[in-house]
Amino acid sequence: MKPVFEYTQGMRDKETHYCPGCSHGVAHRLIMEVLVERGELGKAIGVSPVGCSITAHQYLNVDMIESPHGRAPAVAAGIKRVHPKAQVFTYQGDGDLASIGGNEILHSAERGEKICTFFINNAIYGMTGGQMAPTTLIGQKATTCPYGRDLDNYGLPMKMAEIVSCMDLAVYVERVALNTPANIRKAKQAINRAFEVQKLGLGYAFVEILSACPTNWGLQPAKAMEWVTRNMIPYFPLGQLCCPEEVK
Amino acid sequence: MEKKLMKGNEAFAAAAISAGCRYYFGYPITPQNEVPEYMSRELRNVGGHFIQAESELASISFIYGAAAAGARCMTSSSSIGIALMQEGLGSCVVCELPCVIINVMRAGPGIGAIQPAQADYTQVVKSGMNGDAHCIVYAPTSIQEAVNMIYHAFDVADEYRNPVIICVDGMIGQMMEPVIIPESRAVIEEKDIEKTKPWALCGHRNRRDRNKINSVFLNQYELEDRIMNRLLPKFEKAKKELPEWESRNLEGAEAVFVAYGSTARIAIEAMELLEKEGIKVGIIRPKTLWPFPDAAFDEIDSKTTKVVISVELSLGQMLEDIRLALEGRYPTALINRVGGILLSPVEVAERTKAVLGGMK
Amino acid sequence: MAKGIIKLRQDICKACELCVSVCPKGVLGLDPVAFNKKSYHPVTVINPDECIACANCAIICPDGVINVYKED
Repeated sequence: MKPVFEYTQGMRDKETHYCPGCSHGVAHRLIMEVLVERGELGKAIGVSPVGCSITAHQYLNVDMIESPHGRAPAVAAGIKRVHPKAQVFTYQGDGDLASIGGNEILHSAERGEKICTFFINNAIYGMTGGQMAPTTLIGQKATTCPYGRDLDNYGLPMKMAEIVSCMDLAVYVERVALNTPANIRKAKQAINRAFEVQKLGLGYAFVEILSACPTNWGLQPAKAMEWVTRNMIPYFPLGQLCCPEEVK
Repeated sequence: MEKKLMKGNEAFAAAAISAGCRYYFGYPITPQNEVPEYMSRELRNVGGHFIQAESELASISFIYGAAAAGARCMTSSSSIGIALMQEGLGSCVVCELPCVIINVMRAGPGIGAIQPAQADYTQVVKSGMNGDAHCIVYAPTSIQEAVNMIYHAFDVADEYRNPVIICVDGMIGQMMEPVIIPESRAVIEEKDIEKTKPWALCGHRNRRDRNKINSVFLNQYELEDRIMNRLLPKFEKAKKELPEWESRNLEGAEAVFVAYGSTARIAIEAMELLEKEGIKVGIIRPKTLWPFPDAAFDEIDSKTTKVVISVELSLGQMLEDIRLALEGRYPTALINRVGGILLSPVEVAERTKAVLGGMK
Repeated sequence: MAKGIIKLRQDICKACELCVSVCPKGVLGLDPVAFNKKSYHPVTVINPDECIACANCAIICPDGVINVYKED
C-alpha cells in the first residue's frame, strides 16, 4: 500500500477551530507541506494576523507570533533582521492586510523585505462576523453593507496583488485560489516559489490566495467554492504578476 | 573613559549602542530626530540594523518582532508618536518582550508644540495601553544620567521581560553637556539567542516544540492566569526593587518640591534662591516614574514641612501620584507651566513664596 | 486504473462535504446515521471499489481527515 496523500507532519495534531469548509485549513496545510518538503520547517518563523487565523500557531508546527492588527509585515521584518537565514512569513487576511495594514504591506514591498506574505482573500471579515472587507465585491452583502457593497459609498474592491506588484522589489507576486483541487495544487507551487525567492534573497514575495468563507457568505461549502469560481476569479484574475527567472 | 561634549539625543543613541543594542527602528518626529539620525549613521559600523519605519505603528511593530526574535532593540519618539505606539507597547507587555523606548517629550495634546513639556506623565506612567499593563519608566535629569539609565535599561528590560521607557523632555534631548559613554558591552550573537532566551523565535530546528508568542487568549482563564501569575508578580517585584529617587535638604524644610527631569534642575536652582532669602525648601526628585518612589515621601521632615509642591510642566499629572504616596499626610500644591513653556528658577521661587504665604 | 484506499479520521470531520463534491467517482458521502464527537455526520466511504486514488478529496479537505493510498 503506497501513500498517495498523507496529512503533513508540519501540522500539529490539533483540531482547528475553523468553520466547516473554511479555506484556512487548506492554506495552513499547503504552507506546512511546502516547508516540510523543503526541509525548512525548523528554520521557519511565522507571523499571524488579527482575524480568524490569529491562533494559527496552534496548528502550524513552526515558531510563531501574533501580530498587532495589520502590522505583520513590520513584525516579520524585525524578525528577519535578527535571523536573516530564517524563512519568515506573514499569514494575513483581507481586513488585516488590505485595510488596517495597507501601509505596512506597501512599505515592506517597497523595501523589498526578504519575507513571504500569504494573503488570504475571502472578501469578508470572518472573525468579527461577516463585515465588509476592502476586497468585498460590488453587490456582495455583508453585515455592514446589508444591501450589497455599492460603488458610490465604498468604491471598488482592492486588487492587492496588482497593487503590490507595482513595487519593483516585490519580485514575486502571484494570485492563486483554493476553490478546486487543481487550483490548490497550483497554490502549493506558488507557495514553494515564494519561499525559494526568500531563500535566494531575491526580494519580497507575495501570494494572494482566494479563499472561501462559507459561514459568513451564507453558503454551503461546495457552493462557496463555486462562488469563488464564478464571482471572485473574474474580478481577481489568477496568475503570476511577476516572477524572477531563478524560480520560474 | 573620555568625556565628550554631546547633544542629548546623540548621547542617548550612543549609550544604547554601548549597551549592546544592535536594532533600532524609528520614525522622524521633533525633538528627537538626532536619535534615528545617529543610529542610521553608526549602527552599520558595528554590524547593527537601522530601519526608518513608515510610521510609529510600524516602529513599535519592528520592535515587537525583533524583541520576539531575541534581540536587544530600541525605538524613540516624542509624545504623540508614543501615543501611536500604545497598541504595540501593550502587546510587548502581555507577550513579555524586552525593549527600550526613548520618549523625548514635547507639548500636547494633539500635535501640540515641539517645545519641551512633561505632559506625557499619565501616558507613560498610567499607560495609554489597554488592559493591566505597565512600562518601567525612568526620568533622567541630565544627559549623563540619561546615558547611564539607557545603558542600564536594557538589563532591566531583559530581567523583567518588559518594555522600559526613558522619559526625557525636549530640553535634555536638545541640549549639549559633557558626558561619558560607558564601555561597549559584548553583543549576544544570533546563534546564542536560543540559549540565552529560550522563549525567543529562532526556528525550532526540529529539536523542540514550536515557540509561540501570543497576545490573544481564546480562553479567558488563561489570560487571567497570565495577568495574575506572570505580570502581577513582576509588577510587584518592580515596585519593591526598582524605585529610585534623589532627595536633598529635607531636614528642616518648610516646603518640599517634587520634580523630575529638567524641571528638577530648575527647582533646585529655585531652592537655592529661596535659601538665600531664608526660606528652607527641600526636594524629592523621582528617577523612576513607574514604579513611583512612594518611600521617598517617608523621608519628609514632619516637624517642619507644611506643604509638598509638585513642580512640573503639565496640569499636575504627577501631583496625583504624589498625593497617593503622601496618603493625606501633607497639603499639596502645584507650580507648573504647560504648552511648551519652561519654568524659570525665579518664577518657581516667587510662586513658592505665594504658596507658603497663602498657608499662613 | 490503480485501486485507491481511503483512510478517514472521522472524529475530526466537520461534514463540509467538499471531499464529496470533488470526488469524480462518488466514493464518499456523509454517514447518514452516525455522529462524531463534534456532532457531525462524518464523511464515510460509500463506494470503496470506485476509488482511483486521485486524492482530490484529501487535497480539498481543510481538516486533514483524509489520507489516500494506492494498492501495490
